[in-house]
Amino acid sequence: MQLFRRLFAALTLILMAPLAVPGWGAVYAQAPKAWEMGMQPAGNEIKRRIIDLHDLVLVIITLTTIFVAVLLAVVIVKFNAKANPVPSKTSHHTGLEIAWTTIPVLLLVVMAIPSFRLIYYQDRTPNPDLTIKVVAHQWYWEYGYPDQGNFSIESRYVHDEDLKKGQLRLLDVDNQMVVPVGKNIRILTSSPEVIHSFFIPSLGVQRYAIPGRTIETWFSVDKPGVYYGQCNQICGSEHSRMPIAVHAVSEQEFKAWAEQTKKSADAGQPRLMAAADATAHEIQR
Amino acid sequence: MASTTHDHAHDDHHAHGHDDHGHDHHDHKPSFVARWFFSTNHKDIGTLYLIFAVVGGIVGGALSEIMRAQLQFPNNHIVESGQQWNTIITTHGLLMIFFSVMPALIGGFGNWFIPLMIGAPDMAFPRLNNISFWLLPPAFVLICIGLVMGESGSGWTLYPPLSNATYESGMGMDCTLFALHLAGVSSLLGAMNFITTIFNMRAPGMTMHKLPLFIWASLVTAWLLVLSVPVLAGAITMLICDRNFGTAFFDPAGGGDPVLFQHLFWFFGHPEVYIMILPGFGIISHVISTFSKKPIFGYLGMVYAMVGIGVVGFVVWAHHMYLSGIDIDTRAYFMGATMVIAVPTGIKIFSWIATMWGGSIDFKTPMLWAVGFLFVFTIGGVTGVVCANAGIDEAIHNTYYVIAHFHYVLSLGAVFSIFCGFYYWIGKMSGRQYPEFWGKVHFWLFFLGVNLTFFPQHFLGLSGMPRRYPDYPDAFAGWNYVSSVGAYISGVSVLVFLYVCFRTFTSKAPVADNYWGEGATTLEWTQTSPPAFHTYTELPRIH
Ligand SMILES: [Cu+2]
Ligand SMILES: [Cu+2]
Repeated sequence: MQLFRRLFAALTLILMAPLAVPGWGAVYAQAPKAWEMGMQPAGNEIKRRIIDLHDLVLVIITLTTIFVAVLLAVVIVKFNAKANPVPSKTSHHTGLEIAWTTIPVLLLVVMAIPSFRLIYYQDRTPNPDLTIKVVAHQWYWEYGYPDQGNFSIESRYVHDEDLKKGQLRLLDVDNQMVVPVGKNIRILTSSPEVIHSFFIPSLGVQRYAIPGRTIETWFSVDKPGVYYGQCNQICGSEHSRMPIAVHAVSEQEFKAWAEQTKKSADAGQPRLMAAADATAHEIQR
Repeated sequence: MASTTHDHAHDDHHAHGHDDHGHDHHDHKPSFVARWFFSTNHKDIGTLYLIFAVVGGIVGGALSEIMRAQLQFPNNHIVESGQQWNTIITTHGLLMIFFSVMPALIGGFGNWFIPLMIGAPDMAFPRLNNISFWLLPPAFVLICIGLVMGESGSGWTLYPPLSNATYESGMGMDCTLFALHLAGVSSLLGAMNFITTIFNMRAPGMTMHKLPLFIWASLVTAWLLVLSVPVLAGAITMLICDRNFGTAFFDPAGGGDPVLFQHLFWFFGHPEVYIMILPGFGIISHVISTFSKKPIFGYLGMVYAMVGIGVVGFVVWAHHMYLSGIDIDTRAYFMGATMVIAVPTGIKIFSWIATMWGGSIDFKTPMLWAVGFLFVFTIGGVTGVVCANAGIDEAIHNTYYVIAHFHYVLSLGAVFSIFCGFYYWIGKMSGRQYPEFWGKVHFWLFFLGVNLTFFPQHFLGLSGMPRRYPDYPDAFAGWNYVSSVGAYISGVSVLVFLYVCFRTFTSKAPVADNYWGEGATTLEWTQTSPPAFHTYTELPRIH
């Protein structure tokens, strides 16, 4: 598993290397890939731990399934009516019965210990550097920045006809959620109308946005780039058209973006398309 | 396990011969209308349920073919709107659960074989049995109205506020909710009937620890229904009141709470998955024992594993709600409790394999379905352990991984057990035998089709594809295409099944009483195929 992941990481690095050349214009983007068979690579420590636990569980369940399949194969080959015309009459074996009760218990304990650790780690961050209020609407996201001057932006999907070259259908948005790299970001989800779910696979974060309550969680992002997610709780007819794009930038860039965005917000431009676009270009250079 | 002596089997045949000559007025079959519409005979009611389940399954299956056609390519336009799509997925889920799997396993096989296997002449409350069935067709009509009106797009989980009057204002949603009420009352009445019958009408000598496993499975299932369905009924009633009578049980603006609905729904919803699979466990046990020509391995372990699954199944519901903002310690509890269920499930899997071990196995069609069941149910079971982990759930909750998981246990597990029971018992029920070759073709096509449909969905889920999407980012196109091809193959296998039915019901060859031979030891095999209209006019005695 570990080896496989390292190989995969190396391969990714080689493939991504040209993209890192300055002036190339593209930002690192973490979106689902065609024919992907496993989890999206980790963009932070939370997702790394999720992947580690999932790898452990995957090994255990794969071995279990193979074990059962092998037993079935043996039964089919050795105990078919031709191979074994006279059936035995055994219907008890205390040792076996104890074994197949206790061994699964042990395996579960092996999984449960890291699993409990993980959920307490994921739950909330003790000292957040920044809070973002995620308000889910039918059918767009509103991201509020209470400690950056209390402005908020709205984020909607890019319609097919407006897609620019390289933009991802049903993943790219007009205004991305911009966050500083390496900071612990507290997320508070809520919704004024129906339930949605704020889900970014590569950052290992997901919470429902439920009317009448505010739910806390957190994430951080290790390196600059765009991390894609989608609404993940049925919320009406446009459920599949409210993607999430988190743009992680350096702290200075974030400050600059926040100031500019707040200014245009004060000037009464609620959707801030131009401002965000300009910043995005700045960041890419 | 129950078994009869040769003598008693003989006695019983004698009683039939007697009946068949019409000396006993009780065995006159009533006229068509009286027989099928006012039926109080457990076998006829079982048959009605089975026919109903086939109809429900075909409609629900047709919806899934539409869904897979829509999802075959990104940016597809087979389904016109998101609302239409949401209504289709809602109806697909509800039809498959309440109008196909449950009627087949509980109403169908339960009604047919509980009395036959415990040596009772009929169910305890034959008229109640009749109304249990006849509540279902109106429920089916109501749910189809919801579908046709395109107004029940909440997902089968019915979460408010999406299902309340503001966001789903049409009458279609109310129809769907009333349909669930009717289906709920239907299964509640059926469950009460089952419990009374099993507790009070067992043949002399058939103690609880001699009960055939299918009866144990049905008993645990019936208890799950009795304890969980009223909670669903309460939740739906509150939802109907919120929608129509100005209450605010689930509306925060009026002091209500949407998460309350989730608790109530899943208090029903989690036991519901065991309601769908436990009777299947029972069928699989009999089939494996019959074709291995061996008694069930670890009978008591099998019984108490089912009881254990039933009990623990009631205290794990919030594993569906890890992301609903419930307290971290509460989540930790629900995670631990959920993982515990893997233990009795493992006991069952290994006991089935141990039953086959040392056997002399005939791989007739029912046994193929049983072995196939073990394989797919193991896959669905182990991915359940993955889903149980609240930490991993943050990355796979509501994704196709979950879809793959529960289809492996239900669409594969429960449905395999239904087909297993069909091939095992159709000769007994109809007095006509299925064509072996086409039964096997049906199995292999279905096995290939469903695995091709659902295995790639694990990949889609891990990669992050959300469920209930009519359209998706292009990166998900590959595995979705494979999945759709699998769905078409499964669709073809359903046509093969219909052909099997046609061949079965038009065959002329007579069927023996115990056509599976020495391995089949339960009481129904002492009866003629098909059994007389009234069986056990003289009670068998169990030793
Ligand atoms: Cu949404
Ligand atoms: Cu559950």
